[in-house]
Amino acid sequence: MPQNRTLCMTQADNPLLQLLGIHKHFGGLLALTDVTLSIRQGEIYGLIGPNGAGKTTLFNILTGLYQLDGGTFNFNGNTYSRCKPHVLAEAGIARTFQNIRLFPNMTAQENVMVGRHLRTQNGIWAALRRHPAARREEKESAQRASELLQFVGIHRSPQTLAKNLSYGEQRRLEIARALATDPLLLALDEPAAGMNATETADLKRLLHTIRNQGITVLLIEHDVKLIMDLCDRIAVLNYGRKIAEGMPEEVRSNPEVIAAYLGGNPA
Amino acid sequence: MHKLLRNRKLHLGGTTLALLVLPFVTDLLFGRGWVRIEDFALLYIMLALGLNIVVGFAGLLDLGYVAFFAVGAYTYALLASPQLGLHLPFWIILPAGALLAGFFGALLGAPTLKLRGDYLAIVTLGFGEIIRIFLNNLNAPVNITNGAQGISQVDAMRIGDFSLGRNQELFGFAIPSVHLHYYLFLLFTLLVIFVTARLQDSRIGRAWVAIREDEVAAEAMGINTRNIKLLAFVMGASFGGISGGLFAGFQGFVSPESFSLMESIMILCMVVLGGMGNIAGVVLGGIILVVLPEVFRNGAGPLQQWLFGKVFIDPESMRMLMFGVALIVVMLWRPAGLWPSTRRQRELEATGDAAEQDTVYDSGR
Repeated sequence: MPQNRTLCMTQADNPLLQLLGIHKHFGGLLALTDVTLSIRQGEIYGLIGPNGAGKTTLFNILTGLYQLDGGTFNFNGNTYSRCKPHVLAEAGIARTFQNIRLFPNMTAQENVMVGRHLRTQNGIWAALRRHPAARREEKESAQRASELLQFVGIHRSPQTLAKNLSYGEQRRLEIARALATDPLLLALDEPAAGMNATETADLKRLLHTIRNQGITVLLIEHDVKLIMDLCDRIAVLNYGRKIAEGMPEEVRSNPEVIAAYLGGNPA
Repeated sequence: MHKLLRNRKLHLGGTTLALLVLPFVTDLLFGRGWVRIEDFALLYIMLALGLNIVVGFAGLLDLGYVAFFAVGAYTYALLASPQLGLHLPFWIILPAGALLAGFFGALLGAPTLKLRGDYLAIVTLGFGEIIRIFLNNLNAPVNITNGAQGISQVDAMRIGDFSLGRNQELFGFAIPSVHLHYYLFLLFTLLVIFVTARLQDSRIGRAWVAIREDEVAAEAMGINTRNIKLLAFVMGASFGGISGGLFAGFQGFVSPESFSLMESIMILCMVVLGGMGNIAGVVLGGIILVVLPEVFRNGAGPLQQWLFGKVFIDPESMRMLMFGVALIVVMLWRPAGLWPSTRRQRELEATGDAAEQDTVYDSGR
């Protein structure tokens, strides 16, 4: 569990993630305006909207790459403001990137082991002395990495450099690396982008399994069918504002959503 | 497995023996001057390995690395020479120099944490020059470094009465001073190799490489990039400090001109030419860039005399010419260096306890 040792967090209460009136602007451009949403423990929550709607900006705020300009960001009982990415990772938010960002010249196994970094302790002394406890920790990291590779189905090539994996494998390796941080919330930025039908079906199964392990999933995706099938609830962003939120059926029939994103005639 | 183990022992034994007799053989075949060159090669290997942590592992381009070498050398020279009237023993000064260099590493690292690539290179270059210019000018109003004249009569390294500065008699053998330094430097070089190798294959080492590969992703995965980058700067700098201290004790003289930008670039060339991130490659790079220029310096003149009966090109300019050509050729044909780092092809630790033994680690591959 995250500890309360950083000054940038204070106590607050449930649900798992709660955003209240989030604002973010880049110069004169309003990227996010008054966005409020809350994600419950254990659900798969979808975030959709046209390109440029602010979905990835929201992700970057959640993972500390951007700082919010207004509003409140509560996660797992703490309020975060101006926290560094590694603090949020430690708090239990892990992510993948829209344009895959692996460590290309590290092996698949090592990529996942980097994800274990914040749940392990070994420092310089441990590295130099390699005492039993240090070896045990190292071995556990390696073992956990192998399990996760197995879990996402890349176990056949743990020693392959990440850059030499196929596109679909790279996407899955990113998920394994994120899972290695023991997240409470897994935020996936377009995980199915560029995947064929079979790969998408695999991904769907994978995400179900992840949710069944008790990990909450936040998903940005343009594959509407996937989103509608997978998500418990969906929020729709357009021009930095939330225009709808609710169960997939509700969102699908919302005229504003149809006009802004889904297209076609309101049913 | 058994055969492999025996082979490994054989290799280790052979290498050890070769390293031990090397100065005597060199002395016999080529003369004492070449043993001195070997000593320098060892010092430069330490420097290159230190820079390799910063540049090769963490991917932070540092063009002022020689500053840490200077800090180590001047620490030694100031604490063990008539300059300040201090004569502390070297086993106190060397760690002090390493610590001070490490401190300077943090000093350089802290303000440059947000800089990458070209920008970082420019700042570090400036840092290296600042240190050199300080050393050059700290002779007034209070004379600390003795300015451009440098500090001479620096004490040799000694334990009790056993001084490395003199030829010594051991077991009826006369061992010259350069040979003694060779063994000391070899010891430190092996230590530096050991430390680097262990760090490379550790949680910290992986964090360094992750930052090199993609800093944003590394941050997002929970690596405290500030601390880990500072650690790289400090570790790298402290190796430079040790090497600098040894250099001062060996030379008996330090002056600012030993720590020019050209030195930083040479050290960087060793890392890049040998194979960034690969320990064996960096060692090879260090050896080549110290020894080859000397071969040219001593060989180019006589070779021309013998071929053409006349020296056409001054050996000194020939040396830099060949150096430039060699760099271009290597970078064209082997852009990853002469001995690039192939990521460890370690077997999955599926066999359980067998993986416990240390032999899974192989820095040579």
